[in-house]
Amino acid sequence: MNESTAPAPAEDSAGASDRVDLSALLADSRVTDVLDELDRELIGLKPVKSRIRDVAALLLVERARKQLGLNGGSPSLHMSFTGNPGTGKTTVALRMAQILHRLGYVRKGHLVAVTRDDLVGQYIGHTAPKTKEILKKAMGGVLFIDEAYYLYRPENERDYGQEAIEILLQVMENQRDDLVVILAGYADRMETFFRSNPGLSSRIAHHLAFPDYAARELEEIAQRMLHGMQYRLSESGLAALHEYIPLRMQQPHFANARSIRNALDRARLRQATRLFAQNGRPLDRDALMTIEGEDLRISRVFT
Amino acid sequence: MRITQGTFSFLPDLTDREISAQIDYALEQGWAIGVEYTDDPHPRNFYWDLWGNPMFDLRDAAGAMTEVSACRKAFPRNYIRVNAFDATRGFETTRLSFIVNRPADEPGFQLKRTEMGGRQIQYTVESYAASAPEGRRYE
Repeated sequence: MNESTAPAPAEDSAGASDRVDLSALLADSRVTDVLDELDRELIGLKPVKSRIRDVAALLLVERARKQLGLNGGSPSLHMSFTGNPGTGKTTVALRMAQILHRLGYVRKGHLVAVTRDDLVGQYIGHTAPKTKEILKKAMGGVLFIDEAYYLYRPENERDYGQEAIEILLQVMENQRDDLVVILAGYADRMETFFRSNPGLSSRIAHHLAFPDYAARELEEIAQRMLHGMQYRLSESGLAALHEYIPLRMQQPHFANARSIRNALDRARLRQATRLFAQNGRPLDRDALMTIEGEDLRISRVFT
Repeated sequence: MRITQGTFSFLPDLTDREISAQIDYALEQGWAIGVEYTDDPHPRNFYWDLWGNPMFDLRDAAGAMTEVSACRKAFPRNYIRVNAFDATRGFETTRLSFIVNRPADEPGFQLKRTEMGGRQIQYTVESYAASAPEGRRYE
């Protein structure tokens, strides 16, 4: 937030009401907490984080401008999140809702996550009320449409998805103050989707690309997840994880953090089995918390 | 004659901002919002027509306000009210109901006296507006 902590440009000989203190506004919005939290809790994702900071700075400046009676109309904040599975699109969307709420851009700051099924109906006349109902629920917050490209099915010209897109467009344009729409999906398919729906693409100001995680980042994520579940890795477990991640990354259907979560869940499963196998001995807290190397090494990626 | 039914009906008509604020209050209480309309102003006419379905799980008044304005657009000269329904066990009823739209000209009611046997008189009120068929009142 370098831009916003800089002192406000002072107009010469102007009264106090002609000045605005950006750092005070920043402290007032408590948005720094969320941004710091974002930095601390989300590993990697550099371009995404810097873009979120830009948006936060823009909104703060917009608020300062409003205080001085400068009105540029509220900026459009509809976004698209593109990236491979498990790169944290939903998590960031949730944070985004909080940030926008703290900055006063949305009134309630809740996130409504939907997919095609929630928007598109099954027969004529079903789609419009369905889409509108979701939009009404999302008002005052953020509407997150996961795998948005499924809304548009070019192979079926009578598909009702088009109708949902049209209603969405109308609300995105006319009720910008009431809700923020985030479209998410895999990069290549989103691109085709936007190409065939230029109206939608032009109404989205911010396109955020979520990069894949590096092996080192995934390791950190794994540690973070285990900590959250109140587990920890033993020495051998750590070594096994270190070997496991690059191997898993080469497997088909690798889904970044999601694959890591699944791997850890399976390790927990094996840890439980192992503890049962060595019956007789009473278990202490440490044994219940520790995941050993062998729990990870059973995994099929090692074979 | 101005109809006074529901909450706030003795106050001047609520502005849209005041209506949103009331809806926001209702949503904070966890009540569901419904929009209803009618062109029969009789005080015993409890069952107004539903405008769409009642709206559950709203978080912000903006959603309900779009329905209110859509209803106003379709029936600019009807009575429109906003109901807030409380589903809590023990209540299960409308907790708040107020008029958000009314015809510009409200002709009022006629008092009718019917003579019964033995000089008894039965009183009833009838809206002047309701003498026209439904849909052509308040034109």
